[in-house]
Amino acid sequence: MKLSLGPLLYYWPKQTVEDFYQQALKSEADVIYLGETVCSKRRELKTRDWIELAKALDDQGKEIVLSSMALLEAPSEVKILRQLCENGSLKVEANDVGAVQLLSESKVPFVCGPAINCYNASVLKLFVNKGMQRWVMPVELSRDWLVKTMTDCEDLGIREQFEVEVFSHGFMPLAYSARCFTARSENKAKDDCELCCIKYPTGRPTTTQEDQQVFVLNGIQTQSGYCYNLINDLPSMEGLVDVVRVSPSGSESFEVLSDYRGALKGLDKPVILGSKECNGFWHQISGLQTQM
Amino acid sequence: MELLCPAGSLPALKTAIDCGADAVYVGLKDDTNARHFAGLNFNDKKLAKGAQYVRDNNKHLHVAINTFAHPGGEKRWQNAVDKCVDLGANAAIIADIATLDYAANKYPELELHLSVQASATNTAAIDFYKQNFNVKRVVLPRVLSIQQVKQLSRNTDMDLEVFAFGSLCIMAEGRCYLSSYFTGESPNTVGACSPAKFVRYQETNNGLESRLNDILIDRYQDDEKAGYPTLCKGKFNVDNNLYHALEEPTSLNTLSMVSELMKAGICSVKIEGRQRSTAYVEQITRVWREAIDSYKANPQAYQVKEQWNAVLANVSEGSQTTLGAYHRDWQ
Repeated sequence: MKLSLGPLLYYWPKQTVEDFYQQALKSEADVIYLGETVCSKRRELKTRDWIELAKALDDQGKEIVLSSMALLEAPSEVKILRQLCENGSLKVEANDVGAVQLLSESKVPFVCGPAINCYNASVLKLFVNKGMQRWVMPVELSRDWLVKTMTDCEDLGIREQFEVEVFSHGFMPLAYSARCFTARSENKAKDDCELCCIKYPTGRPTTTQEDQQVFVLNGIQTQSGYCYNLINDLPSMEGLVDVVRVSPSGSESFEVLSDYRGALKGLDKPVILGSKECNGFWHQISGLQTQM
Repeated sequence: MELLCPAGSLPALKTAIDCGADAVYVGLKDDTNARHFAGLNFNDKKLAKGAQYVRDNNKHLHVAINTFAHPGGEKRWQNAVDKCVDLGANAAIIADIATLDYAANKYPELELHLSVQASATNTAAIDFYKQNFNVKRVVLPRVLSIQQVKQLSRNTDMDLEVFAFGSLCIMAEGRCYLSSYFTGESPNTVGACSPAKFVRYQETNNGLESRLNDILIDRYQDDEKAGYPTLCKGKFNVDNNLYHALEEPTSLNTLSMVSELMKAGICSVKIEGRQRSTAYVEQITRVWREAIDSYKANPQAYQVKEQWNAVLANVSEGSQTTLGAYHRDWQ
């Protein structure tokens, strides 16, 4: 199994991003995704900068993939998407069906990202015919769902034609809205947000009136309140999953990648998950729960 | 501009038609639709009766098949499409690409509408559904501003349908897993958001509490009206500031936008609420029929009547309404 570093979901200063990806080159990640997937107003790195950065990282022993935005509402955002899709050399992670359309038109191979509603083998077959090389399963799906889908893929004769990736560590993107919840949390209008999400490099924790952390606000994206962690579930991915995704939260993500590498090699004993970690979706129970 | 009303039961369907709906949308009694609630929706017999009633009145029937086919269970979604055709329905509202593919190949004559659950918000996505499945109409997610709706309408020849009234989904529909994060069940997989079986109300010393799968959603003081604990409409803390972190309990109401929607060339306005009562369907349908007719009779003089808003507020969540994402201030 390969390890991947998912696209950065938060808004960081340009220098921090560049330093982070220099470190990523030395990390245990086999695949690095990069690009703005949440909000087109975040322009510390413009689309051109992301493409340049991606190309600079390419050919250094890692597979580099550009990630596209999940929610495209304005014509200007479709233009950005087109720019990304026509980058000339790199594979793209499609996070909206609009991206699948543009990528298949320009015959660029693509990864179907977790924000696309791909729930069964028939959709996978259609996407394979359009150039899909890898499928990142929607975060809410379980191992059981994946096993059944792969059985259907075998029946359709497409099991060997794409890789399977599972979001395995980090705060999960659970929803996308027109509204910016970070701006709202500062009583700012979205049109006048002053890009305040840059102040929250890992989002804004949100708790119930009983102090249970249920969400992390990240701009228009709502993330899980607990950190997903499937480190103990790697054995159950054997023969089923090709790529294990770690979602960036800072330089500690590189330690997570090392831990996962150790676990993959069978060197480490199972760990006890922390009180703010969960693995429910994989076990087909509510996402925020933990199955020991 | 078509007035498209919800029907969760045969009486609601008849009421909608009687009160002036141009078309009604229904779901089957299983998890192929996103309002899969106990006691709701149509078995075969009721559906046949409903279809006959719609036909007798020269109105249109749309069947919502708007969840995502489970692996190993695709037959159920295909059967739903078969039923829709056997029934002579005017359109199928579909979300899943697999189901669209089946319908487009097996029934090229069946009119396909792209469900809001497919979350198509841009021209590239619309092109995908048009080119691959010959989709005739797209139901737009409630995340677009009216400017964005207008832009889309200018840049595509696709028929566009928008939500005009009802419970407000604040996330891009079909791309929200908050419900399964809390309960294990989501609109995409099970056909329900914040399912009723996980809801609990409890009187405590801190006031009345509403919970979803044991997670505290809201607390109400004596003078507050308790709402349904849809998880995105609860009160939460961000940095010790307690507020409706995502959204207040409120309903979408676009009566004041009728003229803009008409001018933008929107082909249909949809009323949310298959899970609501027949009385709700009656009141909403009457008000919207009157509003659309009043605009058509004299576009320049169109004005929202106080009594319309009063009726709508009465059936709205938290008795409040909003223009939602259509108005940029909301965003």
